[in-house]
Amino acid sequence: MNTKCNDCPVSQNSLLKKNREDTSNFDYIIALAGNPNVGKSTVFNMLTGLRQHTGNWPGKTVDLAMGGFTYNGKKYKVVDLPGTYSLLSMSADEEVARDFILFENPDVTVIVVDATRLERNLNLVLQILDITDKVVLCVNLIDEAERMGIKIDDRSLSRQLGIPVVLTSARRNKGLDVLLKYIEEVITSKYICKPKRTKIKDKKISAAVDEIVKKLDEIFPDLINKHWIAMRLIEDDPGIKRWLENRLKEIST
Amino acid sequence: MLEEKEKKLREVFTIADKLQWEIGEQFHDRVIEEVYAHAKEIAESSVIKSPDHKYSFETRVDKIITSKIFGFPLMLLLLALVFWITIVGANYPSKLLSYILVDKGLSGLKYLGEMLKMPSWLSGFLFDGMYLAGAWVVSVMLPPMAIFFPIFTLLEDLGYLPRVAFNLDGIFRKVGAHGRQALTMTMGFGCNAAGVVATRIIDSPRERLIAILTNNFSLCNGRWPTQILIATIFIGALVPQHLSGIVSTIAVVTVAMLGVVFMFLTSYGLTRTLLKGEPSAFSLELPPYRPPNILQTLYRSIIDRTIVVLWRAIVFAFPAGGVIWLVSNIQISGMSIAEYLIRILDPIGIIIGLNGVILLAYIIAIPANEIVIPTVLMLTVLVNKVGVISATAGVLMEVESTNEIAQILKMGGWTLLTGINLMLFSLLHNPCSTTIYTIYKETQSLKWTVVATVLPIIFGVIVCFIVARIYYLVL
Repeated sequence: MNTKCNDCPVSQNSLLKKNREDTSNFDYIIALAGNPNVGKSTVFNMLTGLRQHTGNWPGKTVDLAMGGFTYNGKKYKVVDLPGTYSLLSMSADEEVARDFILFENPDVTVIVVDATRLERNLNLVLQILDITDKVVLCVNLIDEAERMGIKIDDRSLSRQLGIPVVLTSARRNKGLDVLLKYIEEVITSKYICKPKRTKIKDKKISAAVDEIVKKLDEIFPDLINKHWIAMRLIEDDPGIKRWLENRLKEIST
Repeated sequence: MLEEKEKKLREVFTIADKLQWEIGEQFHDRVIEEVYAHAKEIAESSVIKSPDHKYSFETRVDKIITSKIFGFPLMLLLLALVFWITIVGANYPSKLLSYILVDKGLSGLKYLGEMLKMPSWLSGFLFDGMYLAGAWVVSVMLPPMAIFFPIFTLLEDLGYLPRVAFNLDGIFRKVGAHGRQALTMTMGFGCNAAGVVATRIIDSPRERLIAILTNNFSLCNGRWPTQILIATIFIGALVPQHLSGIVSTIAVVTVAMLGVVFMFLTSYGLTRTLLKGEPSAFSLELPPYRPPNILQTLYRSIIDRTIVVLWRAIVFAFPAGGVIWLVSNIQISGMSIAEYLIRILDPIGIIIGLNGVILLAYIIAIPANEIVIPTVLMLTVLVNKVGVISATAGVLMEVESTNEIAQILKMGGWTLLTGINLMLFSLLHNPCSTTIYTIYKETQSLKWTVVATVLPIIFGVIVCFIVARIYYLVL
């Protein structure tokens, strides 16, 4: 996209103002998740105008980077989570990413995935969909995939995951306008995500999980990720237990 | 109401605990399997692959780069090439900067001081101490950094560094550490504090601790210029001039590799003693090669790395320059504090093939490795009264080139042994204060912070002692 497009009123980019470090008085908060090395930091930089260094190796971003932008008159705060392959093995960086999505309750979580390695990347997507509803999937590096002769059917993906899917090449500023539009639509509930979660086929396990979900439902009727919490409880996750106890106190006060 | 709900929650926990025992170990694996199967199903119906895609070329390149035969030599060769370019390229800009900042800048400032009728102690403290230390850091440190960092960043962006990690992964497992330690080690070559923070990617606390404790053995960028300078002066000078660049390069690479060897030995020792346990399984992914955006990379590495590191060095250099000037000029019964300290440290230094000046410099320069060499030079001038221009003690003299640094050091009684051992001690000594603080923050343990700080010093003293004995035996 050349610079003229950015000024054209028809382009979504003309609605975008990069606020760099400025995250004050934000209206919405966006979490940016994804595997390492999928161009997550590039998406972050393109949205915020910051220049966080993006290294080509796993585990590069360890701390949370934050930045902001204004889109269509609303101020957004973007939090770049550490790149992880899963949320189940519990290294310090995975815990940071998971806790943020779970406890900070971002208005939308954008998951950036590598178009050339979609299958492996989907593992993380499915795990995140277990925790939160409001997700936009950003299939990045689409230019690289095209060069390799890989095509991604974004509609099929969107249908099967139950969330909006956009194909991007963040480095070339391709598709980011659509990404912004989807972010806005999910936040304003113009698009209602209906994530298709992994159904556990193992009878014994699914029965156990269902039993706990039912009980949790009686205590926290408005909790959206009971299924996932039930699994964490069976795995004896002390952080989740503490969180549930605190949440109970919060509700009653 | 609340009580009732709390009771119910307690019930939920009890059920979960019970189920955990019933379903047990297989739960985690089963869940992951199902997630993988689901992901596969979705991917298969949404990805259309044409049969002749480009993977094959990358795979072939990877086969060579990560091969058992070529992987290691290729890595050493590339590392050597980077240093060679740095060593050869840094000398000229260094001369120029030194001429501008030290020769012209200092006399200009001193002239200004006289015009303003500053008392001599004030202009000494400000200009001969603080300013000169800062100017020194810039002229000695900036050129190698400005060459080394961009090349290093290009290799990183290209995707070569993860392949280095891949090559080393096997050895890390053999010594009982985590394969990802290869990545945090590589990161330590940039900055140890960053390397320590990066160990968060290691999920086992035991293996993470090993990675933290041994990260200091990665020669960080504050120490590269010291290595390069000393290698050029003492080792490059042993051979005819046209070979000196290559020989100095080999010396620096050897020291860096020695650091890696120490990292393995220490990791091995720790996994057999204090931190016993089996290495955990993990998979290391090779990212695709990406053509780096060269201009952007250059810009970023200069802004993010060169300027940041340089700024840090200057921030620490100013107070250190002040301190050096003070300890050199405050006299107690006719002798400066610095001289007292150097006399106390000298016997210890001599035993391990160093000297009191070097040891004192390492104490003063704890905040930043970058200022070790300037401090050493300043103190050498003081004790040996070899100052070229200024009569005041403790003034960083005006040195234009490596040659003059060499002359000053040799006047200070330095030999080939001092040079070699300074390179070794620069590799094996306590981390800088930033890294020590980072280790404390990451481990939350005073004990491990002390271990991480003291262990390398012990190694350094032992290695320098042995080298000194051998040197005296042979020569």
